[in-house]
Amino acid sequence: MGIAKFIVKRVLLGVLTLVVVSIVVFALTQALGDPVEAILGREAQPASVAAMREQLGLNRPVITQYTDWLTGLVSGDPGVSFTNGVPVLEVLGDRIWNSLFLMLLSALVSIPIAIAVGTYAAARRDKAFDSTSSATSLVLASMPEFVTGLLLIVLLATNVWQVFPAVVRIRPGEAPWVDLGALVLPVLTLTLGVVPYVSRVMRASMIEVLESDYIEMARLKGLPERTVVWRHALPNAIGPTLQVIAINIAYLAGGVIVVENIFNYPGIGLALRDAVTDVNVPVVQFIAMLIAGIYVVVNLLADVGTILVTPRLRTRLR
Amino acid sequence: MSVIEAGLQAGLDSGRIDQPRRHRGVLVAALGLWRTRIGLLLVAVLVGIAVLGPLFAPYGGTEFVGPPFNADAPGTVFGTDKLGQDVWSRFLLGGRTILLLAVVSTLIGLAVGAAIGLVAAYNRGRLDNVLMRTMDVVFAFPNLLLALVAVTTLGRRSWVIVLIVAFTAVPRVARITRGAALGVVERDFVGAAEALGESRTHILGREILPNVAGPLLVEANLRLTYSIALIGALGFLGFGVGLNQPDWAQMINENRPALSTAPWGTLLPIFAIALLTVGVGLVADGLGRAVAGVDRGRPA
Repeated sequence: MGIAKFIVKRVLLGVLTLVVVSIVVFALTQALGDPVEAILGREAQPASVAAMREQLGLNRPVITQYTDWLTGLVSGDPGVSFTNGVPVLEVLGDRIWNSLFLMLLSALVSIPIAIAVGTYAAARRDKAFDSTSSATSLVLASMPEFVTGLLLIVLLATNVWQVFPAVVRIRPGEAPWVDLGALVLPVLTLTLGVVPYVSRVMRASMIEVLESDYIEMARLKGLPERTVVWRHALPNAIGPTLQVIAINIAYLAGGVIVVENIFNYPGIGLALRDAVTDVNVPVVQFIAMLIAGIYVVVNLLADVGTILVTPRLRTRLR
Repeated sequence: MSVIEAGLQAGLDSGRIDQPRRHRGVLVAALGLWRTRIGLLLVAVLVGIAVLGPLFAPYGGTEFVGPPFNADAPGTVFGTDKLGQDVWSRFLLGGRTILLLAVVSTLIGLAVGAAIGLVAAYNRGRLDNVLMRTMDVVFAFPNLLLALVAVTTLGRRSWVIVLIVAFTAVPRVARITRGAALGVVERDFVGAAEALGESRTHILGREILPNVAGPLLVEANLRLTYSIALIGALGFLGFGVGLNQPDWAQMINENRPALSTAPWGTLLPIFAIALLTVGVGLVADGLGRAVAGVDRGRPA
């Protein structure tokens, strides 16, 4: 009962967050900024400015523009592209699925690696692997994705070795998994962005578990250290890491923007850059809401998941 | 949340870092760590290039010196770029903008975030709740996405970029400041100041702020790496300030197509941004360890 109430409250908070986000997105693009000025420039003829305002429906009161846009968004009709009048969903098409696939693949690769690195570092605390991995994490955590991605291209695709392709070539209508070799570098770039954070928290959580009484008990029973770490300690150490894992999966939703542009991967990140360049406001607004939506949902699932796997927190709910 | 921030937050939650009063101690302890020293060295070199570099540029930023994308153009060290301009000169000229914008936006974000965090911690109750919930909402948005949304119709003017980058820093700074200040507002000297009838600004600014300076200093460095990364990412995507202005991130964007034939136009700015962010990150980590260590009563 307590849990149901918590979930309802958490979902309502998520919806509220998305409403606020929609106000921010709308305000930045259509209220504070002027799409017509951005498209035509500041020295445009008043007549053509007026005509374009009329055509894009920017003459309506701001509140009406906002509510119309929001109702459209909720009912699955996010408007038409400014540049060619095609519905936004049609413009994006497969790109949404391509991006979701890239995010999912990166999560599936990076999270297990991060858990393994953190666990191994904790089990061999202050040994060579621990200090090397923590130094590497520190360096990688500070570097922006576009720097990591480009350094990988320099190292593995062009200047030093030519192992993987530097660009992803997916033709329209083609599934992104037809050429997995081309996905190695994009996934690796996102992985290097996730592993430092998750492995650090995993290591700390693991160290705490390894110092607990029941682990001492397992060791005294004479179980091999490997079984103790991977069988007994690991499941208990993952709980506290869940939140950070979720934050990092949510991070992937933003991370794909840069990574898709580095590797020319046909997803919403690439579409977003084009839309910003062309001042294609409806497309920008839709992609922003989509990414924010993924962000909110992942965080919500993590909060609920953490509560469910942590008895201590579960009993604290009233 | 970053690695260091997570550690700091863990320290704050467990009450281990409540009050780094001995600032000098923190700085000395941080300087005793190799990571801080290496970080400071990297920062000094890169800031030196950004600030003093323009004095040594052999050519002007937009001067035509030879055919485009020619790695061995005569009279140049690193060849020419997309428009036949000197790569080395543009590299020396291109650090100022990104560094200046990053520092200014970090300072604004820090000031606003710290103010919100202090007010929330001091007032508690409803105001605290409203402020921190608002911060959570701002959190629900990837920084780069927000910046891209903002430049769509507001344009890529410097003030737009500075304000939006500052805005993305506010929630995290507010959270860290509030966390550190919660332990301070309970202390006797705050009660004493209240009894003396000191103004609220005095209490927040003169009594509480100095006692959260340690965590705030760590946070300032972290936010600086994020600001550089964010402004860099905008430039990399082609939304930097000013067309054809020499700028590290924009150089990467322009010269990337010729990565295999004329690599220096891309490599020099990549290395510069990489070393700068890593340097600032190392300093932040050193300070973070010192802040956590000093209060545990042993040298870090």
